[in-house]
Amino acid sequence: MKWTVASVVEVRDEALHAKTLVLDVPDWPGHRAGQHVDVRLVAEDGYQAQRSYSIASPPESRQLELTVERIDDGEVSPYLCDVLHVGDGLEVRGPIGGYFVWDVRDAGPVLLVAGGSGIVPLMAMMRHRARADANLRALSEMSLLYSTRTLGDLFYLQEIERLVEEQNVRAAFTLTREKGDDRRGYHRRIDKAMLTDVGWPPSHMPRSYVCGPTPLVESVARTLVELGHDPSRVLTERFGPTG
Amino acid sequence: MRLDGNAAAGQLRELFAMDVTAAMATCGACGTRRPVGSLLEYGQAMGVILCCPACAAVMLRIVRTPASMHVDGSGMAMLVIQV
Repeated sequence: MKWTVASVVEVRDEALHAKTLVLDVPDWPGHRAGQHVDVRLVAEDGYQAQRSYSIASPPESRQLELTVERIDDGEVSPYLCDVLHVGDGLEVRGPIGGYFVWDVRDAGPVLLVAGGSGIVPLMAMMRHRARADANLRALSEMSLLYSTRTLGDLFYLQEIERLVEEQNVRAAFTLTREKGDDRRGYHRRIDKAMLTDVGWPPSHMPRSYVCGPTPLVESVARTLVELGHDPSRVLTERFGPTG
Repeated sequence: MRLDGNAAAGQLRELFAMDVTAAMATCGACGTRRPVGSLLEYGQAMGVILCCPACAAVMLRIVRTPASMHVDGSGMAMLVIQV
């Protein structure tokens, strides 16, 4: 797998501390929803820093989109969010990963659970479903549970609301550091009651995709298994704060 | 920092001719069989250590130097890759 220089064709704000980079990658072989790429920065003295970023764009899209959360003391994300501009080059390799992937042809109900920037690969899955024909969409009902600290940390909010209205996606949000009533969303960490409300009954044999910080992923995966879900259908991807 | 086999996918791809995160790995210590992507992953700077999520035994170690990759798979009883 070779490193390729992608060119930045668009940079847009995605949330308070996150930007989406739209990349043109020469000879991109295509990807599956849920995969990631490695990004490499090389300093003039040869020092290298490498990070993995999930792909936000669906397989149907010709351009590659990465949403990068800016970690203040990080090595790579401040460069990607603050310094990189349209027309710049960026070294990438990929697509990478074959475990945490979903295809609309897999059919069957899907539960997506995201913590923070863990929404990114799940967004690729929702976008992939949105581009499928109506028959396939009907076979893969989708429900999203998305946890962030505050409202300003939510990525893709308007697009998710549009998917709820137009694509029959169910979505619930929980804001762990904001107080409020629970009419428009939850205000606590993801728990068994929430997963029961938002998820599918184990008898429907859903596939669950859980992505976010390690403690959230492990807690959600454990709870889903306790609720009676088949462990082999609970797929997890842990994100680290590597910045 | 504990992540999982997905985070090691790029380095594994340097080692194997195809993606192995969906391949099934059997722990040499306890016999648990899991996809490589779901194994627990520690460390990233020098290389990768993948551990069994059931018993925490080390299943695969990859250490990188500028000139070589050192691979210790003695903790893995079997790796089944779909072709």
